[in-house]
Amino acid sequence: MPDEPTPRRTASRRDRHTATRPAHQPLDPEVAVSSSTDLVPVAKPEPEPEPLDDPRRGDVDEWGRSERMREIARSIYGPVYRAWHRVEWEGIERIPREGGALLVSNHAGAIPSDAPSIMHGIETEIGRPVYGLADEMFKRLPVLGTMWSRVGGVLAHPDNAYRLLREQQQLALVFPEGTKGTGKPYGERYQLRRFGRGGFVQIAMRAGVPIVPIAVVGAEEAMPIIWKIPQLSKVLGLPYVPITANMLAFAGLGPLGAVLDLPSKIKIRVLEPVTFDVEPDLPRYSRSRIMDESEAIRTRIQEALLDMLRTRESVWFG
Amino acid sequence: MGKRVLITGLGTFWGGRVAQALEADPAVDVIVGLDRVEPTVRLERTEYVRTDESYSILSRIVKAARIDTIVHTFLVVDSTQMRSRTIHEINVIGTMNLFAAASAPDSTVRNVVVKSSTLVYGADPRDPTWFTESSRRSAVPKSTVERSLLEVESYVRDFSVDNPHVSVAVMRFANVLGPDISTPLAKALQLPLVPSVFGFDPRFQFVHETDVVRAILFALENELQGAFNVAGDGLLPWSEVAAICGKRTIPMPFVGMGLASRPLARLGVELPTELLDLLKHGRGVDNRRFRDAGFEYRFTSAGTVADFVRSLRVRRLVARDEASYRYERDVEQFFRHSPAVQHDD
Repeated sequence: MPDEPTPRRTASRRDRHTATRPAHQPLDPEVAVSSSTDLVPVAKPEPEPEPLDDPRRGDVDEWGRSERMREIARSIYGPVYRAWHRVEWEGIERIPREGGALLVSNHAGAIPSDAPSIMHGIETEIGRPVYGLADEMFKRLPVLGTMWSRVGGVLAHPDNAYRLLREQQQLALVFPEGTKGTGKPYGERYQLRRFGRGGFVQIAMRAGVPIVPIAVVGAEEAMPIIWKIPQLSKVLGLPYVPITANMLAFAGLGPLGAVLDLPSKIKIRVLEPVTFDVEPDLPRYSRSRIMDESEAIRTRIQEALLDMLRTRESVWFG
Repeated sequence: MGKRVLITGLGTFWGGRVAQALEADPAVDVIVGLDRVEPTVRLERTEYVRTDESYSILSRIVKAARIDTIVHTFLVVDSTQMRSRTIHEINVIGTMNLFAAASAPDSTVRNVVVKSSTLVYGADPRDPTWFTESSRRSAVPKSTVERSLLEVESYVRDFSVDNPHVSVAVMRFANVLGPDISTPLAKALQLPLVPSVFGFDPRFQFVHETDVVRAILFALENELQGAFNVAGDGLLPWSEVAAICGKRTIPMPFVGMGLASRPLARLGVELPTELLDLLKHGRGVDNRRFRDAGFEYRFTSAGTVADFVRSLRVRRLVARDEASYRYERDVEQFFRHSPAVQHDD
């Protein structure tokens, strides 16, 4: 083939590079002093397949996340997490230290603050990255969609979830209520919506990972929806266009007021993980079992929420 | 007895390259190349047959030359090259005739390799990060080229089911870059400022032109069966692709993109619907199935872009001999068939 010289040339350059490497990397200081190291016969390192030349410039990975961007996001969100919402965890030790797990939580607030709280908390306190599975809507939005995926958001697609949980053994966070949870009016706070069609249970079964249910209190009050404008949301193609209490409270701040949270106290309780005694990687699982498990998890989160609300004395101070 | 190979689209970049590579293979007895246009590369022993765009004479050739292997490289994946009616004619009707010929009752065909494209997956916000060979596309195809490729693949599937004794491989190639091939994306990357879509920085995947030819030959040699994604490792954001090329991006508005991309056509860079979708949403394909079949890539996605850039630097200085080659029937006939010419074999 006429094009072969190019790869061959790069390969030989790499060979030369690896061949000289041992001499440049003296592990033992005494050896480094002696000048005859090059003459000592050294056992040849095992010939392993040369990694291909991969001249990446940025640090954006296959999921679209960038550690540099996440670092920035963490430093911006850190003060909000600590000082504004004063996030408090209960049972964070139930989050697995290794292996894949699907985190399942309730979802609330016009711009939900539960997702960043959970992700930031686990990443700073346990040191494991969390992949937030989100609606396709994010990917349609210019700028926001790109930013969301740079800081760790992934489209909630069964193939993506499977790859993250099964093949890469990561933590993935999902909100089965979806926009039905975040778009509910303030009067219906802490009343869990339907947990989708139980797809999250099926994914956990296929991936062979536990589900960790999480109950979050405080996100509802961080951005309560007072009114919704269905006509506008239809035109804009968004799930809902709300008038929030924040817009009124921070009216003086202009557009910033629409995105600024109220300083509610956020409490997060991690519940006992659920494991499924089924074989992973099957193409299908029993529909009735999926629906039962899904409903059981929903009930447990609902009960935990009511329990937490019972002991809550103040929306702002917990 | 060696292989008797038919190559469709001999005049295309890929057809010519594959023919050149097969000529070097002593296990290949006969190479017949079909196309509407004359070959653009120097060929030693490949027989060129002129045909119309829908290959109506194909069944006669398959029968007369006792073809046992078909390499179908003549699928148009770059819709800027021709009108959509022609694309339909070449892709759909051409493939239909090809498989009609190959499935004739006394057909000798045993091995078919089809060069398709990852365009069959589309590009949509609902897409998974990685498409596997069995993934379904999320959106209804908008462009003729995508629709025609989907139709082609359905013909391939039907043929494969009806003829279990024939091994049929469908190779879905990601966007190709390389020293010699010219694609709309390659042209876009040569502009002083690389066009992008405001607010979007999708992930791209590339395959090197060398790997494309190697992949087709690999599929032929190993008589692979089924669909295979062929793409370099890794996904990289469009902005990074531009950065490797030493360029900055210039954002187009995300509404009315068709209109915004029109001035680019004047610069020789046409961005059809399917590429505008790609510039918004990107596409990643899982290349593990082909790798598991034993194929070894020479380039990653980023490596492909880097090699493309290296070749650009040289392209300005060196005139390419391929470009200066012109097929002349009488001369080629003489060299191939005249008893006066001594073949040393």
